[in-house]
Amino acid sequence: MTLKIKNPGLATSIQDLGRPGYFHLGIPMGGAMDRFALRCANMLVGNPEDAACLEAVFMGPEIEFTQDAVVAVTGAHLPPKVDAEPRDCWTSFEVKKGQTLSFEFLKAGARAYIAVSGGIDTPPALGSRSTYPIGALGGVEGRAIAAGDDLPIGAGKGKAGRSVPETLRRGPATPAALRVLPGLYWDRLTEKAQNAFFDDDWKVAPEADRMGYRFRGGRKLEFVEREQPFGAGADPSNIVDGCYSYGSIQVPGGTEPIVLHRDAVSGGGYFTLGAIISADMDLIGQLQPHTPVKFMRVDMDGAAAARKARKDMLAEVRAALS
Amino acid sequence: MKTRYTYGGDEHIYVEMDDEMSLDAFFKSLSMSNAVRAANIDGVTEICPANASFQVRFDPDVIAPADMLARVKELESKAETAEKRMTTRIIEIPVFYQDPWTHDCVMRFRERHQDPSGTDLDYAARINGYDSAEAFIEAHHSQPWFVSMVGFVAGLPFLYQLVEREKQLEVPKYLSPRTDTPKQTVGYGGCFSCVYSVRGAGGYQMFGITPMPIYDPEEKLNYLKDFMVFFKPGDIVKWKPIDRAEYDAILKQVEENTYVPRIAEVDFDLEAFNADMAGTNAKLMEALNDA
Repeated sequence: MTLKIKNPGLATSIQDLGRPGYFHLGIPMGGAMDRFALRCANMLVGNPEDAACLEAVFMGPEIEFTQDAVVAVTGAHLPPKVDAEPRDCWTSFEVKKGQTLSFEFLKAGARAYIAVSGGIDTPPALGSRSTYPIGALGGVEGRAIAAGDDLPIGAGKGKAGRSVPETLRRGPATPAALRVLPGLYWDRLTEKAQNAFFDDDWKVAPEADRMGYRFRGGRKLEFVEREQPFGAGADPSNIVDGCYSYGSIQVPGGTEPIVLHRDAVSGGGYFTLGAIISADMDLIGQLQPHTPVKFMRVDMDGAAAARKARKDMLAEVRAALS
Repeated sequence: MKTRYTYGGDEHIYVEMDDEMSLDAFFKSLSMSNAVRAANIDGVTEICPANASFQVRFDPDVIAPADMLARVKELESKAETAEKRMTTRIIEIPVFYQDPWTHDCVMRFRERHQDPSGTDLDYAARINGYDSAEAFIEAHHSQPWFVSMVGFVAGLPFLYQLVEREKQLEVPKYLSPRTDTPKQTVGYGGCFSCVYSVRGAGGYQMFGITPMPIYDPEEKLNYLKDFMVFFKPGDIVKWKPIDRAEYDAILKQVEENTYVPRIAEVDFDLEAFNADMAGTNAKLMEALNDA
């Protein structure tokens, strides 16, 4: 069976849990921006948690089904419709052969995950179906889906009417709180700049995509004076090109922090002041441009507790759907 | 050289061997990342060596960050005593300097440049004390380069020139990164040359272009059949200046899949290099004659 793409939406791509293992060659892990939502969508339709889904950004696609299937939509509040009949988010439902799945306007969040029983079965590249357009890997011919594409779907049988309990559907608060573990080149900043980073009110900038989320509105960061080391480049925000951690926050020129996300470049010559903790990475993918954001300082114990809370939440979803 | 250890969030250990670039820092970083790989520590998911630093990614559910940090630190002494020599390969990469495509890109992004009135090459030549772009180009390709990192985007090599510190070329990155760079552009930023493996954003100065692909996700090119990424750390590169006619001829061979890069196996010993750079380089480049 295939999914016939009548309209791809804005930037809909095939994503799974990504392709770790090639970052040392500049090929990022990739995968769903909101991994929790992807796992939930798969569980709802009876797929393995790491099956490939569609990740729709801001706007849903329009898809004709060539066979009966069970579908679930999680993540952003992007209400689905089957032949114009509304269906619930975070709840599995049936789509019959010949019916069309489409979507209302986005109500909240930024990225919706559309799982189909059987999972999307495009050929994997380096062990993953995730689309990495810059490197032309995964997805359909290494690109986002387009009108006219026929996406193959694997064998699978889900059950309609299953639902993730409301208390386990996580969305961003206002302002969104992103927890940061200082480190990396934190000491390059003056104490005043370190405090300003956490005190200031930031907003998601329009340039926010799978490679990185840029933020605006806070004060320009000041650097501790030094003679730039050989090979780094003249700007105080420059370093000798090194690796970038997922979630690390670089600030070129000290002006606009950029959080590096799933498709980020693997390294480069800008200093990074620390990183968003792993527990909050999924949340970033649900932030729309202009969303107010506060960066919150945490220590390693705080990061570990937050990570555990996320794991427990996932375990609760598993228990609720088993 | 002073090693600095930090966390990159709760999933990474970042180790900077030195804050400035040198081959000593590179070798120590490579040895140490190899030692971490050899130690087979439970929970390690990725090891990424860089120019003068490296990063370990791990699963904090398997090993606590503090324990992971301690394990990595233990390995530093091992890296210090590791041999700074390797058997590697020297590769001749053809470069069409001052080509029309990067020139067009240079002109499109003039407002993001330190010197909007000239070209990247004129600017790089001037700030490095050369009286013409041609003289600067000569300095760029006359001595070999060492791949000290692969990354940024798929398969992009960072290259460090095998010459004395005072002869190193240094240029700043663009004031604000470009949104476009032609595929296979030969770029320059800080003390590093690079080849942009794919088209996309970039902040390095643009000097020329190579007709030789270095990344092939479909693994169809004869020299990229085994793996889609051409370069690995430790590779040595000799740029060969070519003109438009030769560029077109190589491009045709690439299209017909008959192009074979000139490659020779060589030994590189850091101590021997430090003792006699000109002699070591001459020997490295000689190896290409038989390739």
